[in-house]
Amino acid sequence: MKIGIVVFPGTNRERDVAQVTEGLLGCPTQFLWHQQTDLSDSDVVILPGGFSYGDYLRCGAVARFSPIMQAVRQHAERGGYVLGICNGFQVLTEAGLLPGALVRNRDLKFICDWVHLRLENTRSLWTRGYHAGQVIYVPVAHGEGCYYADPDTIQRLEDNQQVVVRYSDAQGECPDAANINGSLNHIAGICNQRGNVVGLMPHPENACDPALGNSDGLKFFEGMVTEALAFT
Amino acid sequence: MVLASPSPFTAEQLQAHRLTPNEYEQIVRLLDRHPNLNELGMFSVMWSEHCCYKNSKPLLRNFPTTGPKILVGPGENAGVVDFGDGLRVAFKIESHNHPSAVEPYQGAATGVGGILRDIFTMGARPIASLNALRFGPLDNPRNRHIFSGVVAGISGYGNSVGVPTIGGEIYFDETYSGNPLVNAMAIGLMETEEIVVSGAQGVGNPVLYVGSTTGRDGMGGASFASAELTDKSEKDRPAVQVGDPFLEKLLIEACLEAFKTGAVVAAQDMGAAGLTCSTSEMASKGGVGIELDLDIVPAREKGMSAYEFLLSESQERMLFVAHKGREDELIEIFHRWGLQAVVAGRVIAQPLVRILHKGSVVVEVPATTLTEEAPVYARAVLTEPPAYVQEAWNWDVQTLAQPSDWTEVLLKLLDSPTIASKKWAYRQYDCLIQGNSLVLPGAGDAAVIRLQTVTGISRGLAATVDCNSRYVYLDPYEGGKAAVAEAARNLSCVGAEPIAVTDNLNFGSPEKPEVYWQMAEACRGISEACSFLGTPVTGGNVSLYNETHGQPIYPTPVIGMVGILDNLEKHCTLGFKKVGDLVYLLGQAGGTLGASEYLKVIHEMATGRPPRINLTQEQKVQSTCRLGITQDWICSAHDIAEGGLLVALAESAIVGDLGVQVEVSDYAPNLRWDERLFGEAGAQIIVTVSPADQKAWETFLRENLGTDWHYLGVVAPKEHGFRVVDKEDSIISVTIKMLTQSWTSSIPQRMAHLD
Repeated sequence: MKIGIVVFPGTNRERDVAQVTEGLLGCPTQFLWHQQTDLSDSDVVILPGGFSYGDYLRCGAVARFSPIMQAVRQHAERGGYVLGICNGFQVLTEAGLLPGALVRNRDLKFICDWVHLRLENTRSLWTRGYHAGQVIYVPVAHGEGCYYADPDTIQRLEDNQQVVVRYSDAQGECPDAANINGSLNHIAGICNQRGNVVGLMPHPENACDPALGNSDGLKFFEGMVTEALAFT
Repeated sequence: MVLASPSPFTAEQLQAHRLTPNEYEQIVRLLDRHPNLNELGMFSVMWSEHCCYKNSKPLLRNFPTTGPKILVGPGENAGVVDFGDGLRVAFKIESHNHPSAVEPYQGAATGVGGILRDIFTMGARPIASLNALRFGPLDNPRNRHIFSGVVAGISGYGNSVGVPTIGGEIYFDETYSGNPLVNAMAIGLMETEEIVVSGAQGVGNPVLYVGSTTGRDGMGGASFASAELTDKSEKDRPAVQVGDPFLEKLLIEACLEAFKTGAVVAAQDMGAAGLTCSTSEMASKGGVGIELDLDIVPAREKGMSAYEFLLSESQERMLFVAHKGREDELIEIFHRWGLQAVVAGRVIAQPLVRILHKGSVVVEVPATTLTEEAPVYARAVLTEPPAYVQEAWNWDVQTLAQPSDWTEVLLKLLDSPTIASKKWAYRQYDCLIQGNSLVLPGAGDAAVIRLQTVTGISRGLAATVDCNSRYVYLDPYEGGKAAVAEAARNLSCVGAEPIAVTDNLNFGSPEKPEVYWQMAEACRGISEACSFLGTPVTGGNVSLYNETHGQPIYPTPVIGMVGILDNLEKHCTLGFKKVGDLVYLLGQAGGTLGASEYLKVIHEMATGRPPRINLTQEQKVQSTCRLGITQDWICSAHDIAEGGLLVALAESAIVGDLGVQVEVSDYAPNLRWDERLFGEAGAQIIVTVSPADQKAWETFLRENLGTDWHYLGVVAPKEHGFRVVDKEDSIISVTIKMLTQSWTSSIPQRMAHLD
């Protein structure tokens, strides 16, 4: 099993992800340059965080036109696993692989902080290591992470249990104060209806290494690696 | 001797180029002719303080610059130190004060971009940034605007370029109103076998221009930065560069890839003075010449003159000397990253900077005239401290009335923006990217990140920036020493051994005897402390003429220091950890109110004599702290700085979210209450230790510190609150919630006016 990490110009958290998938979990990992048109032999595709194309037009708006995105779309349509983190999530919404949009944070400032997340959907490949309702502590680092969609879409996401994680407090409650960026329904991550494409605003990859004090995010990747290995 | 022919320049033109008549004469002497306008522009920027240190050089000579761990000292783009097992760390600090005053966002952003380029030009991947910031008080809307813009600029550039901003310090004082300080420090880990140098070599080797295009932005920024700010400075806005972190990120990747090919002979980033500085410094350092054709340089706009090309400070550009025949290999790499790369010149044997434009030679000067032969002004240093200092030293603490409510004093101090939590700022900085951050902003006295070798050996790198400029103002020698001592102390508090220094000397106009005295005395203090503590200076930056309307800033020699943790697990943070842990002071009890934050905030005075650091004592206290951490005795460590004992205790309680019970009846009983509770001293650290280790710990303390330590009390449940007692009398009793409220809401509340 191989993991492919897509690198756009301006992507900057690709090494953080590889440090987990290859460094901690020993899963073969390769970087996929945005000009590639096939995903080579990657079984799982990760779109990491960063500022693709400087995020100058709108976050992810330019990256969606990169040659590799066609291949990512086909991979997803075939049922292949795709994870977008932060800027990767933004690219997935721009590309229409996930519904909704990520807009400026409520207070209009970049936020780097630790947040509590409540696990909602634990059926996806990425979240099977957790149990529903579990609260984990991971960081966010974004300026445009406020999840927005029209009421019908939000309703559909809720009805289909496509909300993967929500911003909460340490007890798993969702008071307004725990909604760090003003996202609708406290949404921090969602999946598509089929469940194979997941987008997350927080950075579980920066909360994996026990040597750095917190490994709450490791199961996002561990679950995927174990599961994927079981298939092969 | 001046040439008989009349000068082609008017007095106004020279003034506009910020060259004195004497300096012009010197140029004529060196060239044996009058310069043309292009050359005059080049001399203007290269002979500015920013580029040639003409006013500070004689004062910097006494800095210790060598040591067993120093691989590269001052003179290259950055210093490099040895972290063992092949881990080599490049680091440097640089100011962007003047640009930030007129255009806070871009000024700060390009400050970050510039210092990062200094790091990766050496062949090191930038792994961390810090910043030392100074602003006027936040009750002034313009100061809030500058503060907010600077933080947004650092955030905007640093986050996008993908380098974690792991630490820093912020002070607020009237003297920085209108002249903020923005000092950015960057740290990198060497990725290439050889450290990339900047001296050009090999006659006939091609000179490559790489990175972004050249435009008209940032014209003459270096000489702008070396002049005093006035009401008209706003008009200099075109002298502020515009940054593009996206391009810089590409440039980092492309440069590191290029260096690894071995095809690059030398590299220099184009920061201040752009093409002028890079060509003349590379030629002069290599003892060769460089010929450069401006017609080949990629231009951002049409119709640019040679003068504009030469003085442009467009960002994200570099100059390379490549091995002849390997230029295409390098060009291919840059093109793949979507960047410019052209052979724009060559190394020549004659030690000249020769610039061609539209087929003719528009500049031809010996390279060293722009660099080594720049003027140096050794000014006379006052032999007596100036009047304001003597007056301050005569201040008598007994003239000061003592307040009656110490709880109120403590809350007011915690609410002082200089002491209060800086989370409003650092929450906007990505401190986690690259996945190696261990001790994060706010958690410890210094930041700690992990370094790893390819074979998986881990080591900790700690970094801090420090300077209490009120100390320096009231006693530059002691203040300079104190800045170094505090930086080392902060590293020791996280368990790191201090290794080396980069300094950013921010002062007013050196032409004022008082200011020059401050510079000389501060440098003397820094030299002495760096020598004593074994932390050589590997480079840095000098920023002078930091004045508004003739009023200089407080002298602010910021010390950036890096330290090493052999074992990553043996690190320490400042918050109390556990109910029942015992609280100790390392160092002598008590402090002075001279130059203290207490005096400033409670009595609105900046006077008295700042603490005098005993370096022997400082070293003992610090090594005791480090040893205590490696022995696993110390659970938390926090140095006593602004606000004295009680503020340090309160911060440890707030961050640990725990209460504390402290008994002070025998704590410096001969001093006044305000001196005991809020006096400042240096060489003091608050630590907590588990009661299980008490015996071994106290034996260790007696062996290491004799009687220079003090048992203070015990960590209590949060509900117990923060209590200080003198036998049966309660001195302070306040809830942790109230302390936290004062400390955390101070800056957000003041900044809410802006939103």
